[in-house]
Amino acid sequence: MQHPAFEEVTYHHHADDATFKKKVRKTTILLSVITIIELAIGLMIYNIHKGENPNELLILMFKGAVCILTLAKAYYIVSIFMHLGDEIRNMIMTIVVPLLLFIWFIAAFLWDGNSYKNLRNKYDPHFKEKTMPAKHNKADDKTHEVKPAEKSGKE
Amino acid sequence: MATQATAHQTKWWSGGKSPFNLEYGKLMMWYFLMSDAFTFGAFLISYGTIRFSQNFWPDPNVVFNAFPGAGHANLPLAFVSVMTFILIISSVTMVLAVHAGHKGDKQGVIKWLAWTIVGGIAFLGCQAWEWHHLITGEHAVLVDGKIEMWGQNMRHNPWGPIAEGITHNGHHVRTPGPVAFGGYFFGITGFHGFHVFSGVVINIIMLIMTQKNVFQNRGHYLMIEKAGLYWHFVDLVWVFVFLCFYLI
Repeated sequence: MQHPAFEEVTYHHHADDATFKKKVRKTTILLSVITIIELAIGLMIYNIHKGENPNELLILMFKGAVCILTLAKAYYIVSIFMHLGDEIRNMIMTIVVPLLLFIWFIAAFLWDGNSYKNLRNKYDPHFKEKTMPAKHNKADDKTHEVKPAEKSGKE
Repeated sequence: MATQATAHQTKWWSGGKSPFNLEYGKLMMWYFLMSDAFTFGAFLISYGTIRFSQNFWPDPNVVFNAFPGAGHANLPLAFVSVMTFILIISSVTMVLAVHAGHKGDKQGVIKWLAWTIVGGIAFLGCQAWEWHHLITGEHAVLVDGKIEMWGQNMRHNPWGPIAEGITHNGHHVRTPGPVAFGGYFFGITGFHGFHVFSGVVINIIMLIMTQKNVFQNRGHYLMIEKAGLYWHFVDLVWVFVFLCFYLI
């Protein structure tokens, strides 16, 4: 297609219909499968949370796995659906390199939030008492009567 | 206008051609999307900071467990997975619309763009239902020794730790949760919903322009590609919103 609007564009990549369809189908299936795995992990986390003594480390590992799967999804959307993977390298770099700031951004701010929590727990006993959840020893399915205000066993 | 001389130049940066081999508007759309990614990133990271600064944060599976028409059934993650698939599928139909545009296939563009718009509107409908359900659904919360009925809004969070040993109409009673939860949830999903909404509006405009042969006469469907980039970005952001609010 030679047209005034394309004069600055030197070459085009045209995939034939069959290749294109195959690529789109493959990516769609991939995204769906990753989403289903994510949902399965989400339900697993839910069930661990419900249990008697939730294994915090296991939950953290599952959450990390979901984060990695999400990054994989993002990669496929950007690279295949948005065709960034087909652009020339210099152009890709002008998009991707600034986004590397996120590595610092995420690490620094989550660290900061965590540190604020630790400081408050240390120096503000009222905050700690008010917000720290009681230990997980739920007796969910046993019937209790509605009691008037009773101090719940918060620490 | 490129002359014969510039057409034969071999250096990328000496003018006459795009060093990135991209049409200007499309390149600028990429840079806009990058800046938008930072906006969303800042919102999500600020949410993460506040969440990390709390001793307790509500479990999303407890908060988001409703499904339209299912009453009080406990269905964690069910409705949001429907929303996610709607957005993925509408992203696929957009890819097909862009591809049809590449081939100058007007009917194809119209068909796939229309499906994309349907997907976008369906997603917005789901989000409206979810917000409505969160705001109006009332939950028993133990406040200063008394039970109050709270919905999820910007001032109240009914999803705090369970008050041990207390029930109300057969349900357990919770204590107030972190207030920031509502503000971040409605703020970020609302900002994303606003992007979906503007994406739908852009797609409708593209559909009308296609129908009126604007792109046919122009000789190319580049505008569809730019609208497509925006739409895929909306899907991309949802992937992260889904992660941060519903999965972890």
